[in-house]
Amino acid sequence: MIGRLSAITFNTFREAVRDRVLYNLVLFALLLVATAPLFGTISIGIEGQILVDVGLSAISLFGIVIAILIGIGLVSKEIEKKTLYTILSRPVRRWEFIVGKYLGLVMTLTVNALLMTAGFYVALLIVTHGLNSTQAAYLIAIYFIILEFLIVTALTLLFSSFSSPIFAAIFSFALVVIGTFAEDLRNFSAAAQGVAKWFMAGAAWLVPNFSALNVISQVAHAQPVSGSLILMNTLYALLYSLAATSAAVLIFERRNLK
Amino acid sequence: MNRATFITVLVLIAAFTGSVLTSNEVEAARGQQATLEEVMYIPSGKALKRMSLGYSGVLADIYWTRAIQYYGRRLGRHDENVRFDLLYPLLDITTDLDPHLIVAYQFGSIFLSQSPPVGAGQPDKAVALVEKGIRANPDYWRLYFTLGCIHYFDRKDYKAAELAFRKGSENPQAAAWMKVMAATMASRAKDAETAYYLWTQIYQSTDDKMVRENARQHLAAFRVDHDVLELERRVTIYLQRTGHLPSSWYDLIRERLLGSVPLDPADHPYQLMPDGSVQVQDPEGLPFITQGVPPGWKKSTK
Repeated sequence: MIGRLSAITFNTFREAVRDRVLYNLVLFALLLVATAPLFGTISIGIEGQILVDVGLSAISLFGIVIAILIGIGLVSKEIEKKTLYTILSRPVRRWEFIVGKYLGLVMTLTVNALLMTAGFYVALLIVTHGLNSTQAAYLIAIYFIILEFLIVTALTLLFSSFSSPIFAAIFSFALVVIGTFAEDLRNFSAAAQGVAKWFMAGAAWLVPNFSALNVISQVAHAQPVSGSLILMNTLYALLYSLAATSAAVLIFERRNLK
Repeated sequence: MNRATFITVLVLIAAFTGSVLTSNEVEAARGQQATLEEVMYIPSGKALKRMSLGYSGVLADIYWTRAIQYYGRRLGRHDENVRFDLLYPLLDITTDLDPHLIVAYQFGSIFLSQSPPVGAGQPDKAVALVEKGIRANPDYWRLYFTLGCIHYFDRKDYKAAELAFRKGSENPQAAAWMKVMAATMASRAKDAETAYYLWTQIYQSTDDKMVRENARQHLAAFRVDHDVLELERRVTIYLQRTGHLPSSWYDLIRERLLGSVPLDPADHPYQLMPDGSVQVQDPEGLPFITQGVPPGWKKSTK
């Protein structure tokens, strides 16, 4: 089982790395990070902060775009090219195919994030003329961004397991947007009464809580991020991704591929 | 259902339940005012308006809802651990995003102007907010009324209050009593009746539950302050007649100084103390009273 999973995972990774869309986006993200110092020259005294804001936001935004653009094609491309039938005719279970695809894309996104992180720190080194210990806190924000990727990938895979690529992309983008306002949904449910309260609470639990995973502004302003938040966000991202991937597996198991 | 499907369903249920439980822990770890503190990171409403790509109305609604959720709940229960430093920036951003969001000026200025623990105790900032509202909405006369109330109640600047009521009364849509208020400010600003009249106008003119409740509490406080002084006056009459203090309200009823046991606005009987003073039973429910407060009593911060 491990062998089959790792084969699908590495194959997905290799395919994604060869994808032109991926290269374009990575190049664009790196370019954005590289030009960040230019933004700083038109502001006074906040060059470093602008670089952190723009750089980390670029890593997050482009990672999410890559996750969705590649994620929507993971299942549909295999069906279109009829390679899925070759894979499933071998002793590969459907859940192994889905989980392998998921892990492959997560690996791709993590490698991309690490590459962009390297570019970000190089730009930071240029702008601030050296690195200090407080700048290590930016790694927490990057770690949370990777946790975001776990969730976005799982959701994209879930949507692509039952809908067309275009709809899967729309659903995924919509959930990313709604997820950034997850805390407001919670606030609405706390203030609402009766059925509306339960509906809002249900919606708040169902949509991914991206607001808690975004600490870019916090670290850019040297605000501390608690250890308990790191632990809980990790647990949350893993459990939510597991739930979404399980739902994707359930749907894919029942899908008629003939 | 085969074994693999059964296991997948189990995993799905367990993972989703776990994510819901963990999500609550995440919020606990973030702190109650996480989204509120975001106003410190992008403190410019104008910048936010550009970033909202034309959806500034929605963003204003979100900011306003955050203000209501956070401050409404805490101020309602007289919580002392409130981030008042974030209130004005939050309202300023909200009204930059939507300059016509009247409720943000009216309600927000009440939060800002009243003294802690029921407000931020920043009447000058409240004035700045309402004046900003008047600039953006010059035809809305009620903002002049709000401005006059802040000058009158919280800044004790009766001249400025008179000016605000007078300016508001010049609007053809304005209620007739705005002229009366302007005249009253000029002649009898320090009278308790004037304050009572203003709170009555606020109580009657608002549809907002929280503003109405705030006005009701102020009106209740006027009644308690009046009742306590009047009851203590009658206790003094009893003392002069009998040579000793009454042991209960029934002593005063027997002396025909009272018709029945006196009740406060919350329908609790006033308490007659052994030294002849009068106290309310539940000062927590009457946050603005100045008379009848038990000695040493402090508002709870639950």
